[in-house]
Amino acid sequence: MIIDREGLDQLISVLIGMGFQVVGPTVRDEAIVYENLNSINDLPEGWADEQEGGTYRLKRRSDKALFGYVVGPHSWKKFLHPPERRLFRANLKGGDFEIIPEKLEEPKFAFLGVRSCELHAIAIQDKVFLGGEHVDSTYKIRRENAFFIAVQCGQSAATCFCTSMNTGPRTESGFDLALTEILDNEHHHFIVEVGSDQGNAVMEKILHRQATGEDVMEAKKLTEEVAAKMKRTLDTTNIKELLYENLEHPQWNDIADRCMSCANCTMVCPTCFCSTVEDVTDITGDHAERWQKWDSCFTMDFTHIHGGEVRASTKSRYRQWLTHKLASWQDQFDSSGCVGCGRCITWCPVAIDLTEEIPKIRDSENQITHPGNEARHEIP
Amino acid sequence: MPRENKPKVAVWKFASCDGCQLSLLDCEDEFLALTQEIEIANFPEASRAVIEGPYDLSIVEGSITTPHDAERIQKVRQSSKFLITIGACATAGGIQALRNFKDVNEFISIVYATPAYIDTLQTSTPISEHVKVDFELRGCPIDKMQLIEVISAFLKGRKPNTPAHSTCIECKRRGTVCVMVAQGQMCLGPVTHAGCGALCPTYNRGCYGCFGPKETPNTSSLSSWLKKQGTENEQIVRVFRGINAYAEPFRKESELHEKENKNHKG
Repeated sequence: MIIDREGLDQLISVLIGMGFQVVGPTVRDEAIVYENLNSINDLPEGWADEQEGGTYRLKRRSDKALFGYVVGPHSWKKFLHPPERRLFRANLKGGDFEIIPEKLEEPKFAFLGVRSCELHAIAIQDKVFLGGEHVDSTYKIRRENAFFIAVQCGQSAATCFCTSMNTGPRTESGFDLALTEILDNEHHHFIVEVGSDQGNAVMEKILHRQATGEDVMEAKKLTEEVAAKMKRTLDTTNIKELLYENLEHPQWNDIADRCMSCANCTMVCPTCFCSTVEDVTDITGDHAERWQKWDSCFTMDFTHIHGGEVRASTKSRYRQWLTHKLASWQDQFDSSGCVGCGRCITWCPVAIDLTEEIPKIRDSENQITHPGNEARHEIP
Repeated sequence: MPRENKPKVAVWKFASCDGCQLSLLDCEDEFLALTQEIEIANFPEASRAVIEGPYDLSIVEGSITTPHDAERIQKVRQSSKFLITIGACATAGGIQALRNFKDVNEFISIVYATPAYIDTLQTSTPISEHVKVDFELRGCPIDKMQLIEVISAFLKGRKPNTPAHSTCIECKRRGTVCVMVAQGQMCLGPVTHAGCGALCPTYNRGCYGCFGPKETPNTSSLSSWLKKQGTENEQIVRVFRGINAYAEPFRKESELHEKENKNHKG
């Protein structure tokens, strides 16, 4: 199917009419962020993002593309896994506590402009929050209610490496609708792939025309070109073993000299999921609240237990993060924890780049001896 | 119901602007509840009535800049069971600690008509350099909700929630776009203690470091990055020499670049 700009605008209003809160890309504070959308006028028309380690700049495009950027500082996790939320309240009553459970909000989000790497990130967080014994009820309800409109990438940023992580640039599943933006001198329209019954039902309410085989080929060609042009790579061959066998590699010290343990990488990462809980009382002490907030393995409190911090050095904290992301994540969740979106590279204030650090470990691995490190080799 | 045997609380002022202790009065709604729980025994900004010590809790604002104050803080400590310091002056010496990098006598001779009347110390130092401090609340000024949190925690005998991580985490939680990465602004957020809620970056300005150094601050990495972006040594000195100039990690960083600057200029 094909829709034009008016059709896209109609899509937003139809979804709003169905009770969805439509969120997607919009320009704010010199970046493209994910916020509420009311019409296509809120989309970042004619904007591109230039990214490199530690820098992000908006640039004007020569055309009126609505999705002519890549990924920004936000990810969809801020909607599915809110940064701060109250878990419950408690009141002191006759020497005992009365727990007042938090009413479970049930927002219905329609996410517009979800990239392939981001759909993979959501699939990874599904395993974290929905898999296993303890299901996160907030995530579950938000995830189940959500409507996904993917956008096939028409360009990559210099920080993208999704082809290395097998997460893009073309998405094949996990969406209700997927758009490919076609923009040339004569046309500005969107080729729509339908990925679900709900997607089909929504499309029936929107003015569209049938796509030809040629249109579909054109859409595929576009993402193939993006894949071919992607420069950044990460060699993931035996990456789990590589990291497990190099826990004492001197490169970790080198990184620790630069790492500020500011936690930006974990905050912008679309798969990082850690949070902390804070209990607070008011002045009277009669009322208490428990809050859940995004946390990071880079803070000292994160591993604070009786007697001190388990990972006191920045070196151990960075190593923990990267080794979890690329290696122990595989043991824990059967996949890599990295989708190659490049956010940790762009939004690191001092441009630490895992695609540069991993090769440094790999290239010198065989020259390094591991004194007294034999036991560590056995860590699963 | 007001509690019986309310803890006696005293508020003390040393070299400071009063802004932090006024945060207590700014609490407004919470302040009335607070007076139900504590007895304000000594707080000249609020009342002339002074109840004699000893005090269960002393809240100390300001830094030590005179021989008289150096003695007075000892007496405050002796009459206090629990002592907390509030604000950058009390926890790091404050903006007046800029004198620590210069010769105070030179200032005195320039500023005062009769320098002989001035009895001051060479340095402005945090309270913790003089007496044992039980808890330090950062900020210039402090955040009033954090002050309420610290007092509530004291009343309940629990640890206050005042995380020592970076200001960046506060930016990210509230969805603020990084002004350093997206605009190339100078920002102390990655080395600064959280607590303000990332106020300045949210208004499109880099962090000034009002809450002082965070836990494990890597100031040299930030400086190296700023230099790579073309920032001069002199400017880096100024960035770290603000309200928390005398806090050790910031002090060492500014001194290093001051030295480099001098060597460079020969």
